[in-house]
This record gives sequence, structure tokens and C-alpha cells, in this order.
Amino acid sequence: MMAEFPRIRIVGLSGLLIQFGNEMSEPANRAAIAFRAAVEAQDWPEVRETSTSLVSTFVSVDLAANAPQELIEKLQALIGTTDWFSAPLPAGRTLWEIPTLYGTEAAPQLEEAAEAAGVSAETAIQELSSARVRVLTIGFAPGQPYTGELPPHWNIPRQQALTKSVPAGALVVAIRQLIIFTNASPTGWRHVGQTAFRTFRPDHTTPFPLSPGDELQFPSVTAAEYEGIVQGDTSGNGGAQRQVLA
Amino acid sequence: MSGVLEVLSCGPAVTVQDMGRTGYLAQGLTQGGAADRLALYEGAALLGQPANLAALEMVGMGGSFRASADMRIALTGAPMTATLDDAPLVWNASHLLTAGATLKIGGARSGTYGYLHVGGGIDTPVMMGARGAHLSAGLGAALVAGDTLPTGKDKGSETGLTLPVENRFDGGRIRITASMQTDQFDTGTQERFAQTAFRRDPRGNRMGVRMDHDGAPFVAADQLTILSDVIVTGDIQIAGDGAPFVLMCESQTTGGYPRIATVLPSDLGRVAQAPAGAILSFEFIALEDARTIEQRAASSRASLAATVVPLLRDPASIRDLLSYQLISGAISATTNHLTIEE
Repeated sequence: MMAEFPRIRIVGLSGLLIQFGNEMSEPANRAAIAFRAAVEAQDWPEVRETSTSLVSTFVSVDLAANAPQELIEKLQALIGTTDWFSAPLPAGRTLWEIPTLYGTEAAPQLEEAAEAAGVSAETAIQELSSARVRVLTIGFAPGQPYTGELPPHWNIPRQQALTKSVPAGALVVAIRQLIIFTNASPTGWRHVGQTAFRTFRPDHTTPFPLSPGDELQFPSVTAAEYEGIVQGDTSGNGGAQRQVLA
Repeated sequence: MSGVLEVLSCGPAVTVQDMGRTGYLAQGLTQGGAADRLALYEGAALLGQPANLAALEMVGMGGSFRASADMRIALTGAPMTATLDDAPLVWNASHLLTAGATLKIGGARSGTYGYLHVGGGIDTPVMMGARGAHLSAGLGAALVAGDTLPTGKDKGSETGLTLPVENRFDGGRIRITASMQTDQFDTGTQERFAQTAFRRDPRGNRMGVRMDHDGAPFVAADQLTILSDVIVTGDIQIAGDGAPFVLMCESQTTGGYPRIATVLPSDLGRVAQAPAGAILSFEFIALEDARTIEQRAASSRASLAATVVPLLRDPASIRDLLSYQLISGAISATTNHLTIEE
């Protein structure tokens, strides 16, 4: 795999994609995040913006105005400077502890998800509320984190039939990952918990509270505690505690 | 001249739009902005002002508007019926909207997205670097009756101008180029894709437009194992049912469905404008040729101002322009059962 990746793909006329793997892996995810930071640091004039997905870095360039070959060569040179798969995580990461109401009417698919993972509902709550997951990427909707990875028995598929809508702040699970939904949305992921955490805050000075590399925990709270958080915390943090990781 | 444009009534999907916002892709926010970018350039050329000023985008139908002070306006994009105090207005042209007069913009005669530009631009507050509403992200909102829109200082004074516009409002041939997952589709599938006549499904909005076709679904080699990756505007995603879906300016930023190709930026307006039922086909263009096409499109956008000419107030030609059949509200304007799920 390391021989095949990283590889560079042309994305229509919109830019170049540097893929560090064809499946989710921790080193490839770290490589994508670190490589994006390295491209940003180059400050190449033709680069409009950059982003990461799970295991790739996207470099947005107008390829009508800029011949792709030159940039491909610059990217190849940058790829050659280090072993990106062993790159460190970004500095200044944050650990968020986000209070979560598991199960109940607020998150009705906990039992179903637990069954798919082969554990009891109680064990599922215990595992999900103590897991410390990392933001692998932000995407799909503004500020929406894809976090992981959960233990292998949480490699549960998405449902064939979509749930019509889960609310903003829903904690959903599939394929060893947890997502907090930004907006109410139909989904094939199972709704196991509900948070009051807002992942996109357009009116705040920090509209996107989470970044790739941040770590998250979802401690379990009671329905009464959750209601108290909803009433008492209007900051968008949903009662979350945060600390800066060294 | 500057003043306030009051919304007396309007269709369900009228929003402030501009070129959208860049720089937030890494945070999950796509650029958004006007669905038919060329219309913004045309409005700017008609009013002699920069193309990045905000205008009103009207999906399927417009509304009634009144200005607090004399105001220059331009009408571009999907041709809609328009009157000023019941006197007909020519589309693709600039006009003077006098203070207190009522501007009525009805249904689209063809196409989907019409635009109302004002001299000095719509001057609503900038949200994260742009004024354009990004409804799927929850930025901004569709306009409703009673809204008042401030306008910027208008540095120009000319009205009664028009410009020639190529018909991009009825579907047709769409030029595409390979993207990062094109080779996940075998050659036969790519060829069949390029030979198929598609119909624009009624399900479509600023997030994406679904294409219907007769015949077998389009399937990638390892459809189910493709890892979620970046989406760019114009990507043609093949969803689980094998129907292509052109992802538009307000799409999600990442997706796990394979993309068979991506639409050339200068043909995206034609995809957006195609009304439900319009026939579209896709033609693969090699990257180098696609670059040349886009360079030419950019230079023709840059010289649009030189194509502006005075509007001939010939009653016969105006009558001719108004003789189109009026199809009020033929395009349903809102989200239209279209869902994009994770």
C-alpha cells in the first residue's frame, strides 16, 4: 500500500487530490492532515484553498488558468520531503467532553445499534461514553465532525433504509465512527445519543468549534441533566468542557 | 442613488446571491452563490458595475418589489414575465425602477433561475465573507413579503441597455471532463453515459440536480467500497440507484458515492437552468481542451460589457418578446423531495 500511496489525482478543473490510502487508517488520516498544513505553509499563489477528507488532501486550484503539471511537480517534491504516514498530529488540539443523552426517545436507535455491535444497551452506553475519539475530518455539512475510531465490533454498516430525519446535535454511529450532525438531516447512520453541541455557529467569532485532530468524549447524562444543559447553556457548547491538549 | 428595495410579495425561493464564499471547504461549507454565475456577469455588464455585487436569485418565479428611491435594475437569467406598473419590461436588459412604482416578476418562460440586479448591488450584511444565502448550511434565509433590502451606492446612471444572450435555458449538450473516480467506471459504462439522453428530474435544487434516463443503471466497478472524498461543484455522482446526480453550488463537501465525471464550470449554468423534463446529454472533453474552453469562457465574461447595446423600443419587437407562452410557476421552486443523506 505504501508504494501505491500517496498518489496525486486531477479533480476535473478544480484542483488536485493527494490520496494517502484507499481505506480509513490512522496513519493515512494523520498524513492527510499534516500534508494539508504543509501545503498551506508553502503559500503557493495559485492555491485557492485546501481541505482534507478521511485520508486525502485536496488542493483547490483553477486548472483552466494554471497548467496542472507544474503544481503536480511541486506537490511531488513536497511529498518527497518526509514520511507523511508518521507525521505528528497538529499542535494546539482540544479535548472536548460533550454531555450526551443516550437512548430514550431523544435517541431511539441505541438498542438497535448495540445489537448490531453485539453488545447490550448498557454496555453500548458504557463503551460509547468512555471512548475517546479523534476528529478525522470535518465535512459533508459545515463543522460536521467524523470521529473515530471505535473498537472493531462497532464496524456496523449504515442502515439500508434511511431515517427520515435526525435533529441537529444528534450523535450517530456506523463503520467505527461517530458523527455529531450539524443540521437536521436524513441519514443511514444510527441515532444513539443526543447532544446540545452546535458544530456550526455562523454568528460566533469561531463559527467552527472543531478541527481535525481534536479529541472528543461523550459522557452520559440523564434526561434531567440534559434538559438542564439545554436550558442553561446557550453558548452552543451544550455543556461541554474543553481543555487544550499539549 | 441608493435606497431600499421592499419585497411586497415573492415566490418561495427568492434569495440574495453573489459569488458565494471560498475558504471554508475544510470546514465543510461549500462555496454556494448564484446557481447561474454567468447571469451575475450579465447583470454587472448591463449596469456597468462589478460582478461580485449581490443580486436576487428567483427560482421559477419572482415577486413584487417597490423601491424607496429611483433605482436602476437589470433582469437576467431565466426569462420571466416582468412589468413595471403593468407596463411590460424586456428581460436581459436594464431599466429604471422609479420610486414607489411596482415591479412585478412572474413565472419563468424558460429556464429556472432568474435574477434581479440593482445598481450598487443588494447591500445586506456580509455573513462569513459573502451576502449569498446558503440555505443547506443554515446561512441566511429565503426572502418573504415585508423584507426590506438596502442597496449600495450606485455609481452609474445608464438604463435601457440590453445584451445578446445565448439560450442556456432548455438543457442540451453539457461538456464534462474526467475526474478522480472516472476510471472506476469501465469504458463501456462511460461510453453509454455519453450516449444517453437524460431528462432533468423534477427533483433538483441548489444542492444538486437529478437526471433520469431509460435503460440500465450506471454502476462503478467497486461502487460500495469507495471511501468518502472531496466533492467539487459540478461533480456527477452516481447514487445507489444508478441515476446521475449533478452536484451544484450548495452541495455537501464530501461524499462516498462515485463520481463519473465533472461538468465544465462554464456549462454549470446550463445544468442549473434546465427545467424539469428538459433533455440533456453529456460529452467528455479532454482536460487540455476543457482548459481552452474555460479560458475562452473567462475572456468572454470579461468582455461582456462590450456587447451591451441600447434597447430598441420597437413596439413590434416588444410584443414579440411577450408572445412566449406564460408558464407561471411551472418549476417548483423549493427543495422538492430532494434529499442528500449521509
